[in-house]
Formats: sequence, C-alpha cells, structure tokens
Amino acid sequence: MQALYAQLLVGLINGSFYALLSLGLAVIFGMLNIINFAHGALYMMGAFVAYFLLNLGGINYWWALLIAPVIVGIFGMILERTMLQWLAGLDHLYGLLLTFGIALIVQGVFQNYFGSSGLPYSIPDQLKGGVNLGFMFLPIYRGWVVIFSLVVCLATWFLIEKTQLGAYLRAATENPTLVRAFGINVPRMITLTYGLGVGLAALAGVLSAPINQVRPLMGADLIIVVFAVVVIGGMGSIMGSIITGFALGVIEGLTKYFYPEASNTVVFVLMVVVLLVKPTGLTGRAA
Amino acid sequence: MAEAKLAERPVAAAGAEVLTVGDLQAWYGESHILHGINFNVRAGEVVTLLGRNGAGKTTTLKSIMGVINKRSGSIRFDNKEIIRATSDRIARLGIAFCPEERGIFSSLDVRENLLLPPVVRPGGLPLDQIFTLFPNLKERLNSQGTKLSGGEQQMLAIARILRTGARFLMLDEPTEGLAPVIIQQIGHTIARLKSQGFTILLVEQNFRFASTVADRYYIVEHGKVIDGFANSELSANMDKLHTYLGV
Repeated sequence: MQALYAQLLVGLINGSFYALLSLGLAVIFGMLNIINFAHGALYMMGAFVAYFLLNLGGINYWWALLIAPVIVGIFGMILERTMLQWLAGLDHLYGLLLTFGIALIVQGVFQNYFGSSGLPYSIPDQLKGGVNLGFMFLPIYRGWVVIFSLVVCLATWFLIEKTQLGAYLRAATENPTLVRAFGINVPRMITLTYGLGVGLAALAGVLSAPINQVRPLMGADLIIVVFAVVVIGGMGSIMGSIITGFALGVIEGLTKYFYPEASNTVVFVLMVVVLLVKPTGLTGRAA
Repeated sequence: MAEAKLAERPVAAAGAEVLTVGDLQAWYGESHILHGINFNVRAGEVVTLLGRNGAGKTTTLKSIMGVINKRSGSIRFDNKEIIRATSDRIARLGIAFCPEERGIFSSLDVRENLLLPPVVRPGGLPLDQIFTLFPNLKERLNSQGTKLSGGEQQMLAIARILRTGARFLMLDEPTEGLAPVIIQQIGHTIARLKSQGFTILLVEQNFRFASTVADRYYIVEHGKVIDGFANSELSANMDKLHTYLGV
C-alpha cells in the first residue's frame, strides 16, 4: 500500500508540472494561435535562473519563485515582439517550426556550457523533512509543490474566467480585431499573454529544481508528455487543461504501481484513444 | 426623464463637421475596394450610406474605424487626421463601431459583453439608462452572449457601445435579418440617441427603415460616393434612388 501512495504522490507532482505547463500552452495557443514548442526550454530556463540567483547572487528559493518567472517572462516577451508577432495570420506550422528552433537553440546554448548532467539545487530549509501521515511518509517539499501548483492554476483560472482582464483576453481570443476596435491595445495584450504563459512554465521550472535537479534537457523530456496532455485535454479550455494535467499525472502514477512496464506509454495510448474518439480533445472546442 | 438628464450633456455645436472623409481608398489584400470616397457627417446628424451589396459601405465604416490596414486618403475626426491611426487609438478618440455580424462573444456572458468596451471618455450612458432602452438585456445578464436571440444580440451590440462615452456611432446594418417589431424598436432607439446628441453613421440595405431615421443619405457605388441628398429631398429623388439601388 505504501508503494501505491508513493506512486500517487509522484503522479500528483508530475501532474502539477503538466498542469502548469499545459495551462500556459493553452493560454498562448488561444491568444497567439501558436503551438509553443519553446515551452520546455523556457521551463528549463526557469530552473536555471533559480540556480543562478542562488549561486551567483545568493538569492534564495522564495525570491526565485517570484523573480525567475519575471525574468523568463520578459525573455519570452522579447521573443514575441521580435519574432513571434510576425507569424500572426500564418499557418500553425510556421509557429511550430520557429518555436521548435528557439527551443533547440536555447537548449543547445545551455548544454554547451553545462553539459547534460544535473546541477544540484537544494530544498529550502523551511520545506525540508517530512511528515508521517500514518498511511505514508510525505516529504514536505513535495506536498508544497502540489498545493502551490494547484493554487497557481486556480488563480490563473480565476484571472481568465472571472475578471475584466480575463474578459478582454477571452474576447480577444475570439475576435481580436473587434476588441481592438473597442479601444484595447490588443498587440500589447498578446505580448503580455505570452509573458504570462512563459512565466508559468518558468515557475514550474523553479518548483522542479529541487526535485529533478537542473538540467539543460529537463524541459525537452517533459514537453513531449505535456503536448500529449494538451492533445488529450483539448486546447480550448483553461479548467480542462488543469484537470487533465493533474489527472494524467495520477494515471501515470497508478500505472507505475499496477503495470510499471506501461508507465511511460500510458499517456500516449490515452492520446491515441482520445484522438480516435474525440479529435478536439476531452474539453476542446472544434477549431 | 432619462432624456432630461442627458440634455445637460455637452453636445458638439450643432452643424459642425465631426467627420470628413476625403478621397478614401482601401484595399483588401490586393483587391482595391474603395476608389475615392468623399462625404461628411455633422454633429448630431444621422447619416446613412445606401448602396447595393458589395458597393463598399461596410468597407467605408471599417476604414474609418481603422480595421482595414491598407487605406489612403484623408479621414478627419474632430479635426484630427486618423487615416494612419490604429483602431484602438481611433476608438479612444470617441468613435464606436457596431459591426454587421454584431460581434457578440460566445465565451462571455451578457454582462461581460456589455461591460467589455472600455470607457474612453466621460459622458457614456449609465447602465440604468441602457436597461431603460433595452429592458430585455437586464433579464438575461447571466446568459451566454450568443444564446440571445438575433434581436437581443443586436441590442446588446448597440448597448455596449453606448457605455463608452463615444458620441459618434457607426452602425452597420442594424436591422438585417430581424423581425419588423424589433426593427421598429431599433428605429426608436436610434431616434432617441439622436435626440440625446449622438451622431450616427448608418449603413443600411433597408431603405424604408433608413428613411425613418436619417437626416441625409449618400449613395455608394463601386467604391465611390456618387450622390447625396437630405431626407427632405427624398421624394424628389425617389426615381434616381430606385435606379441606384435596383429595387
């Protein structure tokens, strides 16, 4: 039983990263119509920024949670202004190729300087240790990652679905021309949206640094699964990508317990099934 | 009593030109749609652009709004040249646009749709007055925007631009596809807005409807304004009009 709970926890942790990353992808896709293949590289940059902050600036984990998403978000906004904005109105393929190229360059640069092995990032003192829940031992840091990710996801959902700013965003996703004709600076909104999506990826990177170490290819490994999550959940819905992210993490964890051989493929098998039955994804709208 | 309150609102000096369009040309990609549109609108007027399908009426409104990027000539609004301005800037100068397809957002409920356009200047209609004009909307604030009937969607599309403080409204075929009783209600609304000092540029196919609200008409054909006359000269121009519109 202990092993089952342990795998469930691992599933929830992975689910947290899936949710944060697929949420950002969904927001970016809605607004920019771009499948952001650079997402994994930006997630990795989030972890590296946290590493640099600590080792070069002595800035601790808590500040990194705030600063790394901002720095990577600004980097993303520069990418959007200088490159992505010119793809508006073109086929998805162009955005995919450009962001994939950006991902390869960013990862290549980091690999050149840091190799492929992991750099250590230790758990902050306040979150060290664990608690015995009776049925299992819970490392505090892992519990923190799950809860904090959930809070961030729900806050993002609230921002988009329940606020005036979110109404601008949803409306501009539907009809950017008209929203702009109402007096809203849509190009600036698009840039900020990309910054937000990228910031969420960087935040996930910081959260993962103490668990998975800091590696140039940490995002490349993860992003493939995240794209499967996005396909399963559908691009259309914010809540859909959050729920699918956590659910698939848990399903993966359960598979590791009951049939470990399939744990690396279960998400892709599900993706195939969903694509066959409902090509727009579980919560997606038809394009 | 709603009117009484509004009467205190500053209205641009009656008769002053608020919009002057000169030699306006516009393109959709490579296709040249407008070939030199000339007309003007004075403060407090309802001016209607008439013409056959594809004559360039909608394109004229969209060019004024800055939605069509490739345009040349001159558009002066409130003595400012806006031919090169982006649409968000034009909106902030006080021009509001109600598109032909209405543009109600399906991912927003009625309240969010109504509150979406930002207030660009003081003097917009407060919500209670908007609900006096369009009582149906108040009942349906929590419905999804596109769940409304066609008539209600049209009312919502007009209502949401009245809040913004823009005093120059461009309505593109507001009666299209609506039942006569709703067309009548929209006619009353336009008359009421005019009496409150709004300036309205209307595009209409429904000439009978236009004649109940318009002060002046311009005829658009093949991307040019080919004629214009006041409502008082309407009966004298009836024959010509039938030829222009092919009705």
